[in-house]
Amino acid sequence: MFEEFKWLPEQASTVAPEVDMLMLFIVVVTVVITAVVAALTLGFAIAFRRKSESYIPAPWFGNIPLEISWTLIPVGICLVMFSWGVKVYSNIVIPPADAMEIYAVGRQWMWKIQHPEGQREINALHVPIGRPVKVTLTSEDVIHCFSIPAFRIKQDVVPGRYSSLWFQATKAGTYQLFCSEYCGTEHSRMIGKVIVMEEADYQKWLSEGAESGQALQGRKLYTKLQCVTCHTGNAEAKAPNLEGIYRKHIPISHIDGVKIKDGTKVFADDSYIRESILYPNAKVAAGWESIMPTYQGLVTEEELLQVIAYIKSLNQGQTPPRTEETPTPATIQNKSPNKEVN
Amino acid sequence: MASVSLESETFKKFADVAGRDNDVNYLNHDHSITSWLFTLDHKRIGLLYLVTITLMFLLGGALAGAIRLELLTPKGDFLTADTYNKAFTAHGIIMLFFFLIPSIPAVLGNFLVPLMIGAKDVAFPRLNLFSYYLYFAGSVIALTALLLGGVDTGWTFYTPFSSTYSNSYVIVMAVGLFVVGFSSILTGLNFIITVHRMRCPGLTWFRLPLFIWGIYATSVVQLLGTPVIAVTLGLLGVERTLGVGIFDPRLGGDPILFQHLFWFYSHPAVYIMILPSLGVASEVIATFSRKNVFGYHIIAFSSIAIAVFGFIVWAHHMFTTGMSPYAAMVFSLLTFSVAIPSGIKVFSWLATMYGGSISFDTPMIYIFGFLGLFTIGGMTGLFLSTLGTDIHLHDTYFIVAHFHYIMVGGAVLGYMAGLHYWWPKITGRLYSEFWGKLSAGITFIGFNFTFFPQFILGYLGMPRRYYEYPDEFQVLNVFSSAGATILAIGYLMPLVYMPYSFFFGEKANSNPYGGSTLEWTNTTSPPSPHNFEKTPVVTEEPYHYHGKEAAVVSH
Repeated sequence: MFEEFKWLPEQASTVAPEVDMLMLFIVVVTVVITAVVAALTLGFAIAFRRKSESYIPAPWFGNIPLEISWTLIPVGICLVMFSWGVKVYSNIVIPPADAMEIYAVGRQWMWKIQHPEGQREINALHVPIGRPVKVTLTSEDVIHCFSIPAFRIKQDVVPGRYSSLWFQATKAGTYQLFCSEYCGTEHSRMIGKVIVMEEADYQKWLSEGAESGQALQGRKLYTKLQCVTCHTGNAEAKAPNLEGIYRKHIPISHIDGVKIKDGTKVFADDSYIRESILYPNAKVAAGWESIMPTYQGLVTEEELLQVIAYIKSLNQGQTPPRTEETPTPATIQNKSPNKEVN
Repeated sequence: MASVSLESETFKKFADVAGRDNDVNYLNHDHSITSWLFTLDHKRIGLLYLVTITLMFLLGGALAGAIRLELLTPKGDFLTADTYNKAFTAHGIIMLFFFLIPSIPAVLGNFLVPLMIGAKDVAFPRLNLFSYYLYFAGSVIALTALLLGGVDTGWTFYTPFSSTYSNSYVIVMAVGLFVVGFSSILTGLNFIITVHRMRCPGLTWFRLPLFIWGIYATSVVQLLGTPVIAVTLGLLGVERTLGVGIFDPRLGGDPILFQHLFWFYSHPAVYIMILPSLGVASEVIATFSRKNVFGYHIIAFSSIAIAVFGFIVWAHHMFTTGMSPYAAMVFSLLTFSVAIPSGIKVFSWLATMYGGSISFDTPMIYIFGFLGLFTIGGMTGLFLSTLGTDIHLHDTYFIVAHFHYIMVGGAVLGYMAGLHYWWPKITGRLYSEFWGKLSAGITFIGFNFTFFPQFILGYLGMPRRYYEYPDEFQVLNVFSSAGATILAIGYLMPLVYMPYSFFFGEKANSNPYGGSTLEWTNTTSPPSPHNFEKTPVVTEEPYHYHGKEAAVVSH
């Protein structure tokens, strides 16, 4: 029913119809209430207009049943809106476990997107139709907001932390990607396009011009930045083995240099890995000395995402030898690691 | 400053020429400039605020005009991007902190609180004058920031943009807001103590006019909320000048912390703006319906409820920051709780009109407009309390439209209604009813024309604070800009006929609209310097029309 009406936004994701249906419900309820209030105001104004200067109306102090109903009925309506809103919101914020992952970094005033397969793009995001996509977001400078109206989703992009949003596109086409959190002079030019493609076109696009996989670039950094010097993955290591740690619960012993109670664990997600690289002292793995130097200022947000992509892909026995100069692409697989949903 | 002294000069000239009341009143008992600038009379201080905030409103309105002109076309052509960003920042800051927050409390509240509770003045007259000069100093500092080159952070000052990245006069502006904040705190404190300690004999809490309940609830919010924004701006200044890491993650800070602190004040600040308007609505509807207010106690308590709930809903401004979904659900539910007392008020006003004897003088026409716009503003709030729809609508023009419906439709129309309602009391003169009603009508139509298209723009996805925008949004933006010119006419008309009536208007008697509260029944128009000939004694609840047919005076 919406298609032919052009005053409505494009509906191009799985959540868009849900949001629109909820929107329609609230529109109907509020229009009815507003119409009733307007009709009563005008009706009373006409019916009870002053007919005689000397007439003083009888007082009316209250009416308990009336007051209870105009309190409880709105409470009921609000609860329906709230619950329906929570249901739709859950679908908006909780990504399916099998979502493919894409990474985006915002900066004044552009979007830099990285695909795990190695494709990089600026102010454009190519995605396949019909597959859930999770975008992990961070910012190099100020707060931005990653917003795709045709998908009815948005997520603030905050420096110093990762946030994410997900969607599943349902219609091929090109849609607006806006920065919707004011970010300075050219805020209104921080606009990109989301290009939704058929799966085959997407695969074709992926294979064009990709330098090398994101994890592979991360692996280069892993040796270049000397991570491998300590995180060797063998018995003489001066730092924990990072193989297979992604999305595991890791025991930790110190927070910001303060000893904490035994058995405390931290969930090793993207944010934890990022924090451990930039603030090694923040949460120290149990049984290890806090000897790691900070990498603040030595890696960009994009490089961090590459290192994390590499650590994610790192399976048992895959840590490269310390002497390795040129990594061998063949060993890198970009399959999602076994996920442990918390 | 110049305008104030000018006003006093003109008073002197015209008050005598036009033969203003021979009786001594607060306007004519002393014509010297110092008697105005150093007055301790709450009524004169109210007028000082009136002149100053009107100038600020004109400035803020001119900026809005520049914004709407720029948005007429998708490309940036009238202003540069930086100027545009500074224009909307200045528009927001001036309208919120220097016009709306002081509008009803500082102008009408100052004038009316002592009159309505049968007191000679507020509890601390010197503090009251000091509050005015703090406001004045804050305004001067803020205007200095604008003249130096302006601020481009948006009125929300989000970090780390404001603390690290912006190359504009953030610190100067923050100092201005810090100072004006103390004006707000001290005014709130003054009113709270005045209402507690200075009610005349027999005026119990539940005999207070509902306007006083509105101002009282507002004052509590001002007193408790404003220190938080003062501290927040202080922290912002510390980070920006000394590089202490509080909000910028590069310095080890948390940018979201700023938003929590900012909205902890700025959401209640919305209620600072709207609660007094709700009070005005109760007064005007009772007077022009000649009927007691239906559900008096519930309306009084709903003002308090709105003030309290206002403090626990702040994070609904932050649903897209990546906050915990569970926290988002809690804040969504709490936000709905504000809708209930607001709805109760509207229904009670309708019940007040029911069976009344309604006359259509200018203040009532403004209140009809207020009812319509406040209802739409409240209803569209439901789209934003609901999580599923807020994510899409957040930071779009839907938000812009929604808060203008509340803060212009609700707060400004309430203020205009109040100003028209009490104008005969303030000046002793009647303005032209014809021009008054016309301005109310034009304002209502122009307002809807300007802001209703923005709801659709927001739903279509147009982000706010965009200097340029994609072509598909142009039609609705043209509508909006066209409406803004109508709205401007509606605003400018009172600036002509009200000052005109001040000098040349027909003399008003002490109670031209048949009001039932003390300022109408027990004082002259304009009131004498000390308000009451003798201390009034209250023996009944307010809005007691019935059984008093003979007492009603018509103009």
